[in-house]
Amino acid sequence: MIQALSGNAAVAYAIKQVNPDMVAVYPITPQTVAMERFADYVADGEVDTELIMADSEHSALSCCVGASVAGGRVMTSTASAGLALMWEILYVASSNRCPIVMNVMNRALSAPINIHCDHSDAMGARDSSWIQIHGENVQEAYDNIMQAVRIAEHENVRLPAMTNMDGFTLSHATERLETLKDSEVQDFIGEFKAMYPLLDVENPVTYGPLDLYDYYFEHKRQQVEAMELTPDVIKKVGQEYGNLSGREYTLLHPYQMEDADIGVVVLGSTAGTARVAVKAMRKKGVKAGLLKLRVFRPFPKEEILTLLKGLKAVAVMDRSDSFGAFGGPVFSEVRSALLGEDTEVVNYIYGLGGRDIRQDQVEKVITETAEVGRTGKVKTYINYLGVR
Amino acid sequence: MVSLKKLSEKPELLAPGHRLCAGCGASIIVRQILLAAEHPVIITSATGCLEVATTIYPYTSWRVPFFHSAFENSAATIAGVETMYQVLKRKGKIQRDIKFIAFGGDGGTYDIGIQALSGALERGHDILYVCYNNGAYMNTGIQRSSATPMGASTTTSPAGRVIPGKKRFPKDLTGIVAAHNIPYCGQTSPAFYNDLIAKVQKALNTEGPTFLNILSPCPRGWRHETDQSIAMAEEAVTSCFWPIYEVEDGEWKLTGYSKRIADGKKEKTSVIDWMKKQGRFKHLFTAEREPILKNIQKQVDKEWEVLKRRCGY
Repeated sequence: MIQALSGNAAVAYAIKQVNPDMVAVYPITPQTVAMERFADYVADGEVDTELIMADSEHSALSCCVGASVAGGRVMTSTASAGLALMWEILYVASSNRCPIVMNVMNRALSAPINIHCDHSDAMGARDSSWIQIHGENVQEAYDNIMQAVRIAEHENVRLPAMTNMDGFTLSHATERLETLKDSEVQDFIGEFKAMYPLLDVENPVTYGPLDLYDYYFEHKRQQVEAMELTPDVIKKVGQEYGNLSGREYTLLHPYQMEDADIGVVVLGSTAGTARVAVKAMRKKGVKAGLLKLRVFRPFPKEEILTLLKGLKAVAVMDRSDSFGAFGGPVFSEVRSALLGEDTEVVNYIYGLGGRDIRQDQVEKVITETAEVGRTGKVKTYINYLGVR
Repeated sequence: MVSLKKLSEKPELLAPGHRLCAGCGASIIVRQILLAAEHPVIITSATGCLEVATTIYPYTSWRVPFFHSAFENSAATIAGVETMYQVLKRKGKIQRDIKFIAFGGDGGTYDIGIQALSGALERGHDILYVCYNNGAYMNTGIQRSSATPMGASTTTSPAGRVIPGKKRFPKDLTGIVAAHNIPYCGQTSPAFYNDLIAKVQKALNTEGPTFLNILSPCPRGWRHETDQSIAMAEEAVTSCFWPIYEVEDGEWKLTGYSKRIADGKKEKTSVIDWMKKQGRFKHLFTAEREPILKNIQKQVDKEWEVLKRRCGY
């Protein structure tokens, strides 16, 4: 079915179609409308879901973890400070191997308070053992939620998954999207399979014990292995989803990279702007290409290396900063993936607090990066785009 | 009235061999609660003595499902577990009746966990929350909490040359919980196992959120001999430092020994005598600090009178 939905409405619709056992949430801009719409579905009896309107995001995710460990399908949604408040429980969720799916409407962190988009919230959670998938538009945001359920619940994975989308840019933009039928969604996601559920009183289990230097390290290593097994699952689920919907997904999505000299790496909605900029620069004779990073965790380093090695120069655009570090988080990791290669990698920090990113700015990034490629000289590795 | 003989026939659901201290009130309380339960139970616990001493990986003392998530979210966690139970029961995936109990110490309940507790109570989950209240952060080495008695020396409210221990009276958490207008809440003490077990059974058989604040002596923090814990838990009640009562559908009722004191059938003992037996108050027993002791006695008397009035006396 073709619908016109805002990002928030699409998220609510996706969760409605998944029809999870439990959703616990706390309102925060810009995801509040998604939960309002979902509360409508609950109030109208269109879902079987039990909805907990919690007293905070910390409690919301704690409820989710309790419900997930109990043995059912659980989803939630948050943004910005809400994700920051969940920080402690993010780790509890992943370490207890809770396949919770959480949509994050990416928003800047305080202070000063700012309700608009950047990726500081998600990047703050990048080490928490959650799968992180970024959507470019409302269609992808919808599709990502469907796939995240399958990925998180896969027996080789059993990790929570965060589907990211840009706050306001997507949450409050109405776009055309194709939705699946409810029955197609249910067939695709299948029944939830509980593993060692707390509610099995015949077979009591203890979750969350005190785990010291004699075992903790091995348990963390197991999480690493789960992350290592995740890319294959993401690819398979992406293919299967392609067969179902006609929209296939994988870890990253290149555009005009086949013969490119210059690469631009982005996350989220900026990919659309960057694609137009690449097209325009190609007309001007600059062989630029775009690499849209869909999955940030697990970080697809092999695929990035394959696509970027041999390029003359690469620009990584980060919509968050890592204060005191050498560049933004995406830059650090892309550059690390290219360690030992001749390709120079430069960083552009942009769009903090929802500052607009325009086509001409991405063209400027491509022009400057092409200059790096031509001369082999880097003037500044870390650049701030659009800051006064 | 519960029969000790009958209780002794029930299986122990908290296995021996856990690492709680000799004389710890928490394990006594938990065992009494698990004996009281007439249905299968699922437990969550806040971070604290109870959790760290009963679940040292790869061992567990719990013969019932147990989940420790974090410090401040025992109530939110049990709320999630209970909600999943309700959904799966509605969907026919679970048939049997299960009861849900969250534990937290006073740190995890009075302080860092009060928001999650308040939220869970307001939302009406069918749970019992038990605060085992030993009056300080004992697990991390006796730091003061908002449940620490006035004058007690703790590692963060030490008895110094100028400041004689904790400067504030504890807050009335049971009163705060009662203000949520939940169907059942109360206070009890492990010295009166009949009272404790009866209240647990009443709570578990009540639909909706219920709460018990249970005084839990701590020989390490209170500084008394390990064989004196139950005596301490008893005298806390007889002195009216820790009255035992319940609030059922908004009706406040003294129970057991506290009721007998109010009815004039038992003598109210001195809180100063109770304090004298605990090393955490020993710095107060000097001539110049006598006014502090008198002030504490006055406050306990005042709170007792307020409680009696609430209970219709």
